[in-house]
Parts: sequence; C-alpha cells; structure tokens
Amino acid sequence: MERVPILKMGDTLILTIQVELHDETALRLQEDILEKIFETKPQGLVIDVSAVGVVDSFFGRMLSDTAIMARTMGVETVLVGIQPEIAIILQEMGLELKGVHTALNLEKGMALLQGMGEVGNGED
Amino acid sequence: MEKIKEVGINKSEDVIMARQVAREMAKELDFGLADQTRITAAVSELSRNIYHYAGTGRVVVKVLSESAKKGMEIIAEDKGPGIPDIEMAMQDGYSTGKGPLGQGLPGSKRLMDEFEIKSEVGVGTTVTIRKWL
Repeated sequence: MERVPILKMGDTLILTIQVELHDETALRLQEDILEKIFETKPQGLVIDVSAVGVVDSFFGRMLSDTAIMARTMGVETVLVGIQPEIAIILQEMGLELKGVHTALNLEKGMALLQGMGEVGNGED
Repeated sequence: MEKIKEVGINKSEDVIMARQVAREMAKELDFGLADQTRITAAVSELSRNIYHYAGTGRVVVKVLSESAKKGMEIIAEDKGPGIPDIEMAMQDGYSTGKGPLGQGLPGSKRLMDEFEIKSEVGVGTTVTIRKWL
C-alpha cells in the first residue's frame, strides 16, 4: 500500500500529501503521523496540501481528527498550501477544520509554529 | 468525448476512480476550475456514501445537452439499506454514526445546481445531481 513519507526538519515534522488518499491510506497516514510524533517528539506538525485538488467531508474530518489527536499528544498542526478551490469547497460544504492552524505556504507555516513555541516558552 | 461513463463502486479505490472520471468530463466540457472542483467533491461524497453505507453501487456520469444549455449529470445509486429519514439526512451535522459523514449530503447539494434523492429502506438510494455550464 502506498504510504506518505513523514520527514523531520529541525524540530518540525513535515508531510506532503501528493497521492489521492482513499479510506485505508488516509487512516493509515493518521496512525503513522501519531506514531512519528511519539517517536520523534517534534515542536509541531506541518501538512502540505498544495497538491490536493479535491476535498470531501471524509478527508476534511480526517485532517481535523488528526490535528486534534496530535494536540492531545502536545503538538500543534499547521495545514499549508490550501488551493483557492479547496477553500471554496470547504466553505460551501460547511466543513470546519477544527483543531488545525493554516498558513499560505511551508515557510509561513514553520514561522507560525516557531512563534507558538516562543509564546509557550515565554509562559514558563 | 464519451457522453456517458459508469464506475462501479466496490472498494475504496473506486471512489477515487469515480471522481477522476467526473473531473475529466467536467474539464472536457470546459467547466471552470472552481466548478470542476465542486463537481469532483460532490462525486467523491456520493461515491463514498455508497462505499460506506451500501458497500456496493455505481456512479453514472453523463453529459447533458438541452438546446442551448449544457451541463453534467451524475447519478449515484446503490441497493443498500436506504435512508429512513431523508429530511433529517439533509440537515447539516446529521450522521448515523456509521461513517464520518454528516455534512456530506447537504454539502453536496450546496455545491451543485440541482439535487434529487430517492431512498427506500431495504431497497436502496439514488442521488441525482446536475451542474449547468
């Protein structure tokens, strides 16, 4: 079965969704992400969806669930590269991506996580 | 261009096949990118409903041509358990809990120009959606 590689760059886990995910690969990816978080203890998780050309309620729910699970473990998730059409679909279908932060691209997503880390440190 | 295409839904990969077929036809008909994506998303939703709730069924994608009007019609049908309360299923946030849905049917309706649903418990469900150019 095709698997989506999850890379660690500095303190951040990064994955790019480049294949069309069907139910089994999507749920497998969710488990892979959580295991990788536990294994590598990152500061944050970035999911690059710039190659994703369509979204439905299953995929939206899977992203949201994953982010909420990651948060439960102590890691924030940033979704980057949402295409204009995907933003339209999410809004028109009334799909709310609970638990995820969003940023325009990878660079801005990493900066967002960095900022959250600093705020966290400031509170200590 | 083939005017009608059919995709059998029996496994989760078929959902991807159905939406690829729909996007291709929408593209060939010269729908804009946003409408292509709306059609593809609605087909994804309906074919996933078939896979999750009925197990098997089929999706038929058609070119519509009525005098000056052109468009696309998609029929998603299954012989699954049927929907006991369609009115409730069309409300935002409703799900039987068997699948990850809830926004699926009302969401697909909002993405398309026309939406019809027929369902009978123990017989099956047929959803017909249309988008005009």
